[in-house]
Formats: sequence, C-alpha cells, structure tokens
Amino acid sequence: MARVLVGVKRVIDYAVKIRVKPDKSGVVTEGVKHSMNPFDEIAVEEAVKMKEKKLAAEVVAVSCGPSQAQETLRTALAMGADRAIHVEVSGAEYETLQPIHVSKILAKLAQDEKADIVILGKQAIDDDSNQTAQMVAGVLDWPQATYASKVEKKDGELHVTREIDGGLENIKVKLPAVLSADLRLNEPRYATLPNIMKAKKKPLKKVTAKDLGVDLAPRIQIISVEEPPVRQAGSIVGDVDTLVSKLKESGHV
Amino acid sequence: MRKATSNVLHSVTQRHWPLKIRTAKYSTPPLSKDTYKIKRGNFASLTDKDINVFEGIVGKTRMLTDVSDVEAYNVDWLHSVRGSSQCVLKPKTTEEVSAILKHCNERRLAVCPQGGNTGLAGGSNPVFDEVVISTSLMNKIISFDSLSGVLTCQAGCVLEQLESYLLEQGFLMPLDLGAKGSCQIGGNVSTNAGGLRLVRYGSLHGTVLGIEAVLANGEVINCLNKMKKDNTGYHLKHLFIGSEGTLGLVTQVAIHCPVSPKSLNVAFLGLDSYEKVLEALKSSKKDLGEILSSCELMDRTSIQAVEENLKLRVPIKDCPFYMLIETSGSNSDHDEEKLSQFLENALEKNIIVDGIQASEPSRIKQLFEVRERMAEALLLDGFLYTYDVSLKPQDFYSIVPTTREHLKNVPGVMRVTGFGHFGDGNIHLNITSKEYSKEIMNNIEPFVYEWTSKFGGSVSAEHGIGLKKTGAVHFCKPPQAIQLMHQIKNVMDPNGIMNPYKVLPAINSA
Repeated sequence: MARVLVGVKRVIDYAVKIRVKPDKSGVVTEGVKHSMNPFDEIAVEEAVKMKEKKLAAEVVAVSCGPSQAQETLRTALAMGADRAIHVEVSGAEYETLQPIHVSKILAKLAQDEKADIVILGKQAIDDDSNQTAQMVAGVLDWPQATYASKVEKKDGELHVTREIDGGLENIKVKLPAVLSADLRLNEPRYATLPNIMKAKKKPLKKVTAKDLGVDLAPRIQIISVEEPPVRQAGSIVGDVDTLVSKLKESGHV
Repeated sequence: MRKATSNVLHSVTQRHWPLKIRTAKYSTPPLSKDTYKIKRGNFASLTDKDINVFEGIVGKTRMLTDVSDVEAYNVDWLHSVRGSSQCVLKPKTTEEVSAILKHCNERRLAVCPQGGNTGLAGGSNPVFDEVVISTSLMNKIISFDSLSGVLTCQAGCVLEQLESYLLEQGFLMPLDLGAKGSCQIGGNVSTNAGGLRLVRYGSLHGTVLGIEAVLANGEVINCLNKMKKDNTGYHLKHLFIGSEGTLGLVTQVAIHCPVSPKSLNVAFLGLDSYEKVLEALKSSKKDLGEILSSCELMDRTSIQAVEENLKLRVPIKDCPFYMLIETSGSNSDHDEEKLSQFLENALEKNIIVDGIQASEPSRIKQLFEVRERMAEALLLDGFLYTYDVSLKPQDFYSIVPTTREHLKNVPGVMRVTGFGHFGDGNIHLNITSKEYSKEIMNNIEPFVYEWTSKFGGSVSAEHGIGLKKTGAVHFCKPPQAIQLMHQIKNVMDPNGIMNPYKVLPAINSA
C-alpha cells in the first residue's frame, strides 16, 4: 500500500485583514492569527481519506518554516496524519523561501520517505504562487495531476478529474505521482479535541534544509510590497438622466 | 500589536444576520388586531393636515405614505404581526422627534417607535394606524472618550456599525446579538436586549450610563449622564431601558464600553446528557472564571434545523447537546492554556464526548454562525413560535421535553427545540410548523407560561413583552406591581399615545 506525503503551510488566517508593514518590506505577521492554508487542509483530508479507504498505508505531513510551523503540523496530525516532519527554516530565510526551495525539499523527502503519492494544495493563499506541486513533479520526474477535484485508484493507477478552464479533464497517472488539490476535491474535517489529544503523542521529526542538501539562498529580492489601491468613493446622482450623462462623460456608455 | 489584534477581532465580529431572508417565501401575516383581538384605542385618525405638519418637520423625503413603502414597517421580520400604519416618519434630530410627538400628543395620534425592526415580540410594529417613528436616520456617533470608554450616540446607530467604530479604537460594545447587522442601539436599550456577552459584561441597566428621551408631550428628558457613578435623584434612565417605547422615545444613549480583548478563543463541545451539561457549566465557571465571555447551549434538534435548512456543517459528531464557550482576555497564551486545561479535564472526566477549539478568526466565525443563525434556520421551516424564558440551570432544559410531550398529539408540529444563553439561565424555546396554526398556539400558551412561572422563571428573559406577551406579564409580576406600572405610564404619557397595546396588560386584566 502506498505512502502519502502531504505538504502543509502555515499562512495568515483568511479572515484576517492583511496589513502591509510601514517599510513595505512585507506584510505584518506578528500577533496575527495564522492557520493551515485552506488548500492544504483539502490535501490532508484527501490523504487521510485514502488511508481510511485502505488505499494508503501511511500519511506523512511536512511543513517548512519557523518553529510555529509545528502548530500546523499538529493540526494535520489531529486531522489524521500519522507522523510529521518539520523542516526548520529560520525567520530571515523564511522570508525569501520560494516554491523552488520548497519543491526541492519535498522532492528529497519524498525519496527519503519512499512516498508513492505527494499531495499538495494547489496554491498557498499568502503568495498565490501555484508552482510547488508542478516543480516537485519536475524535480522527481514524476507524473503530475494538478487542480484535482476527484481522485480514484484503479488498477494501480490514479484516475484524476482536473478542474480546467471551462470544464473538467479526466486523466490517469501512474504511481508514483504528484497531485495538487483544488477547492472541490473534498470538505476537510475539523481537528476535534479527542484527536488533538491523540495527535500530541504522534511523532514529529525535525530536520533542516541543510540535512536534506537543499540550498536556501534567495533567488529573488523583494523590492516593495504595496497595499491594493483604495476604492474611490462613489457619488449619488439625482436622476437617471444625470446618471446617463455622467456615464457618457466617463466613457462607460 | 494592538492594531494587529484588533484586526483579528474585527474580522470575527463581521458576522452577519441576513435579516432580509427570502421574504417572498412568507405570506402576509394576518392583522395583529385580529390575531390578538385588540380594540383600537380612543385615538384620532391621521388627516391631510397632520401630513402637512409632519412634512413641515421632516420634509417630503423623510416621510413615507405610500402603502408599499409603509408595508415593511407594518410587518415584523418574523412575519408574525402586521399593523396598518399609513405614515412613517424618519427624524434626524431630537428636536424633530420632539416636534413630532408634541403634535401627535396634541392631536391624540398614537405613535409606534421603530428601530431596526428585529424585535421578536412584535413591540416595534404598529397594531392599527399608529404613526411609525423610525430612528433609522438618527445614526450619528456623537462622541467617544477613549479614557473612560464612554460612547455617546444617537438611537438609530446600527449595533454592528458601533462595534466596527469601537474596534478601530480598541474597544467593544458590551452587547452582541445575532441581529447586530440591522438592530439599532435605541431599540436595544428600549427592549433591554441581552445577547451573547451578557454573561461577561452584564445587562444594559449596568452599561448604559445615560439616556436622552422624548416624552409623549414632546418634552426632552436629558439624563445623558456619562459618569460611571451618579446617585442624584431617581434613576430615570432605567424607566426607558426595557419599557419598549411606551414611556418615551429614546433619542440618545451614553454607554460604557469595555476594552476589546486581545485574545479570543472558542470551543464547540458535544455532550451526551443534560447532567454533563450542568457539570460543564460548573467547571467552566470554575476553570475559566474571569475570561469566560459566552456560554451557549444548543440541543440536537436545533442543530438539525441549521444543518437541514441552511446546509451548515457542524464539525463534531452527533450529540444530544452542544455547548459553545467563548473566552476573551488580554493574553492569548494565558487564555489558551486555561481553555486547553479545562477541555482536557472535561475530556478526561468524560464530561464532553467531542469538541473543537478555535482561535483562528475564520474558524471562530464558522462556529458562531451555527449558533447565530439558529432562529433564521428555524424560521425556514415555515412558522416559528418562539419563547424566551429564564430558568434556573437545573430546570433550564426541562421545558423542552415537557413542551414536546405536551404537543406530541397536536397535528402540524414540526420541531420543538431549545437553545440559548446557558450562562445566564436564558433559554429560547422554539416550536415550528409549516404555517401558523391556532391549535398549536392554543396548546403552547398559556402552558409554557404557567410551567415557567411554576418553576420561578421569567416568561420574557430578553426579548421583551411587546405585543405578543402582554397577557403573560401577570405570570411574573404581582397585581400591585402592574398597578404601579400603569400609574407610571399615566404620569409620563397621560394620553397613552406612546406605543399603545404593548408591554402593559390591558387595565381590566391587571
């Protein structure tokens, strides 16, 4: 039976209003509530479902980041992952950590752990890169099935329904393979208290990028992070004629 | 740090109560005067002359006389009461309110003050042709003192707007309720609304420091005290808190607001018996003490309504009872540790069988949604008979199975459910049916009131008496007290024009 490696990222909770740091070097993360990237929750759920359906023997969760990444790993464990690997990346390095680094880390771990399936969220809601799954497949030279909205195992292959522009695409991939989870793949479960308690006893291993032989030297430099422009205030017009003439004036009609 | 944290809370409080829920689904309710067999009081009827006078006060644009425009003010959001007012006035200032009331009093025209029209007892809708005075445009925040935490504002400010305004300054409204997106502070004060934070911050009788109100004769009573301590003379503000606009119209409010907590945690728990619920209450009070800010109970039937009618997902396994516990404090590590400790103990001792804990705003929002949209979910069954009673913790839930048993052979009953502010001993008993049934109603009332009164509870804990429950006041108050209420009403509103047919039982039954 297969072993599934699933990636989880700690991101600013989606219900928090994001604020840019005054020096425009990034966004304020200190004192801000974080949670697991919602697409990664879907990835974990899919992996745990595979295990429940006896399609997978073991689910290993991985997260790259500072020590708080362990909170996210605990959530994955409480959702049903069997063990966790924390790839420690210090705060300064983490700011310039890119999908290229993460994909090399994940690829190395997939080989070390003898994973048959790697499932990742299609993108993280903080940087919206949507690159990691594709690059992991590239580094490993494995087939990839991205934007998965349905996954079935048949005759040792995975039949995957992909969400593409204007419709769905059905493909099959041989194992080992890399999947990325789209929104409609499943509805992730909550980590319940009894499972959180159990998760505290599950193993969590710490490694560094260096241990895995991955160079974290930055490939990019952040020049400036800007807030989106503030929406201009509207105005109330007296009647339809004024509205029409105003729209004409501004070239909308 | 504060900015970031107030962010967190900000997003948490953006919980919406979609009051304008698919109203087309409901048919027009029968006129309240027929439902409740009420005779019109000895009031004058609106004439063109009156309309001219009103136009002189508020202008053409802030007066509604078109039948379809007025309809929304004649019917409550539950679609359970309906009046036949022909005129809605929307004053912006105390002076305008005073001028309107002065004229109405001289002419003996009855008036019905209305805020956000989110009441549950029919108190803010006319019964006959009362002139509706809507406070919707009296929505100015007058001042906020960040040292004392005192907010002064006009009566028509929407609760959620005040909440957002305060959060920017690191403060919080001392009350929070499901209807926050529509309800107005003047209405909250006039009905003495309770809500989710009462267990922590107390009732409006404590947090409201001062009130400005206009009496029936147009006289402005300025008791807009902003001091936390003020023992000069009779505490007149209390007469306006909870009297539902029968003694005067509240125009301004000074309210004491607490500093907004820096950390917020929520636990959603599943329990398998009512005994366990009582144990959980006891240990939450003991273990969470000063950080406990909400303690809500929901039964399985209520949760089913939310699952079936709103398709919301309840994240833990099916249990007979669910509790929602919120803590708020100034140090998240401290609070989380306390809550975890409480939860671990509760799990170990088998007080709770399942549960989840959340500190992420997105999760907190999802969990609260289940509780806050319960009334909306039940209303989607068709018709909702809702009762709002206070009971001692040990009797708290018994009213639900008792009522269920009592109604078991009555045709048409869909659900009998209970949920409510457990920490305050306030349960909302709900019965639903596809459409209004007189037979069901006659089986519920006075049964529910008698039972509540027998166990020393209150028949209206926080929703008020309004129109629907005037016949139930005597279950909780002795004749002497009701007599005194009538005397006070006579002094403050000798012509009885202020929100007639509401709150006080008709004189002969008192």
